[in-house]
Amino acid sequence: MYLSREEEAVYQGERGETLRRMMEILVALGDIYGAERLVPVKSVQIAGVSYKNIGEAGLEWISDLQGCVVVPSILNPAGMDLCRWQEMGVSEDFAEKQQQTIEAYRRLGITIDCTCTPYQIYQGLAGPGDHLAWSESSAVSYANSVIGARTNREGGPSALAAALVGKTALYGYHLDENRLPTHLVEVEADLHGSDYGALGFLVGRIVKDGVPFFRLPGQRPSPDELKALGAAMAASGSVALYYVQDVTPRPPAGGGQPEETLHLDRKEIAEVYARFPAEGADAVALGCPHCSAEELERIAGLLQGQKVQKELWVCTARKIAEANPGRVAAIEKSGAHVFCDTCMVVSPATERFSRMLTCSGKALSYLPGLAGVKAGLGSLEDCINAALGRQQ
Amino acid sequence: MIEIKCHRVASGCASGPALVTLEAISFLGNVDAATGMVVDPAHELFGQCIAGKVLIFPGGKGSTVGSYVIYQLKKKGLAPAAMINIRSEPIVAVGAIISGIPLVDRVSEEILRLESGTIVEVDADEEMIRIF
Repeated sequence: MYLSREEEAVYQGERGETLRRMMEILVALGDIYGAERLVPVKSVQIAGVSYKNIGEAGLEWISDLQGCVVVPSILNPAGMDLCRWQEMGVSEDFAEKQQQTIEAYRRLGITIDCTCTPYQIYQGLAGPGDHLAWSESSAVSYANSVIGARTNREGGPSALAAALVGKTALYGYHLDENRLPTHLVEVEADLHGSDYGALGFLVGRIVKDGVPFFRLPGQRPSPDELKALGAAMAASGSVALYYVQDVTPRPPAGGGQPEETLHLDRKEIAEVYARFPAEGADAVALGCPHCSAEELERIAGLLQGQKVQKELWVCTARKIAEANPGRVAAIEKSGAHVFCDTCMVVSPATERFSRMLTCSGKALSYLPGLAGVKAGLGSLEDCINAALGRQQ
Repeated sequence: MIEIKCHRVASGCASGPALVTLEAISFLGNVDAATGMVVDPAHELFGQCIAGKVLIFPGGKGSTVGSYVIYQLKKKGLAPAAMINIRSEPIVAVGAIISGIPLVDRVSEEILRLESGTIVEVDADEEMIRIF
């Protein structure tokens, strides 16, 4: 891989041991994936934040690093609400380790926003054509597909390397040749809300790491629906880029027709709901990926004047909650919890439940494996009704 | 002594007795970070200790947390002295780099037929493997 004179100096250790190793990570990945050179990144989003996932090993590594990030860098969700962890039922031991992890990141100059939806809180992190080094799979999908930026799905260390060096290796989704559609997906159903999560759950399993191109009839999907679609495909498969005809930015020219075509209709969407029924849940969790201001508004509206009978978590970014105090207060008045910095997938607090109801195709994929909790899928209205103890 | 050309992934130079397996290794799950022992009964190296060895295996697999497990092994003095892959993938590559363990790849699969215990030097900086 080609390195400029300055990059070579870093690689040889002329700017210290931490930067030398960080550059070595970028070069090693570049060599593995056949990159020709490095490219500057506009922002970095770093995975490996929940202590539940990284453990003592990860905490030790992050704590040992020296240096400061050179591009705007924020974090993935942590294993708990950094302020209200006791209310979540997180143990003191875990909380202490989680706070140490956060402090280790803060020391490196990273902004302590723990969210899977950085694009919902900062407009300047990613624009069309920008190169990024983001980690969280749904954020990667949104950046590539809806914003039209370019990022691979980075692991924790490679994202941190990009943050400290300000560059990433130029391969994968940074290059036009890897951004061409592989599957045409014809959907013959009018979709709403959680249907997009169900659709993504199905398509991710089929296309795996492919690049689906959707033709969707009916109403134009909202940003939140696109967020849900991408998140589900990144969890059930490893889709990092998709297109929706006349909605998202277009594929690069010269790709021709995708090799495979899928046809999906209402029956197949309905089968996902039937396979993961809404009944029998002992808790309800919303906000996977983190709720937007609009989603908080809808949830607040549905809960208005009522009391929840089951535990209801609404997960969002702290900045979103802080910018919407009225909506948060309205939701919490019902007895529901609005938790920030975390989510049902990465928090150990989820493990005390046996079955969780969600409207997210992503949570549906991850809850059984990562938390040992059975999952049900319903619309947002189903989820609220279940939390309120109403019969379906 | 035999010299074999290779490709540097993580810098450094170290030697030790070879520990060879035909199977990929998932450091999260296959290896106990507290002891350096291979603890997965399904793995060819079950019951072996990787500490101080030149670990020769086709490549890594499994969770990305494996990179941090390699780092933890290194801090406890239980990491391999060096590693040789046929083709490195990101988990082991990143783990070796953050831990300062020499790692090379792009060698012929014949190296997987080397007898465990043979003394091997991995000189990643010179991109050379020396078998004694």
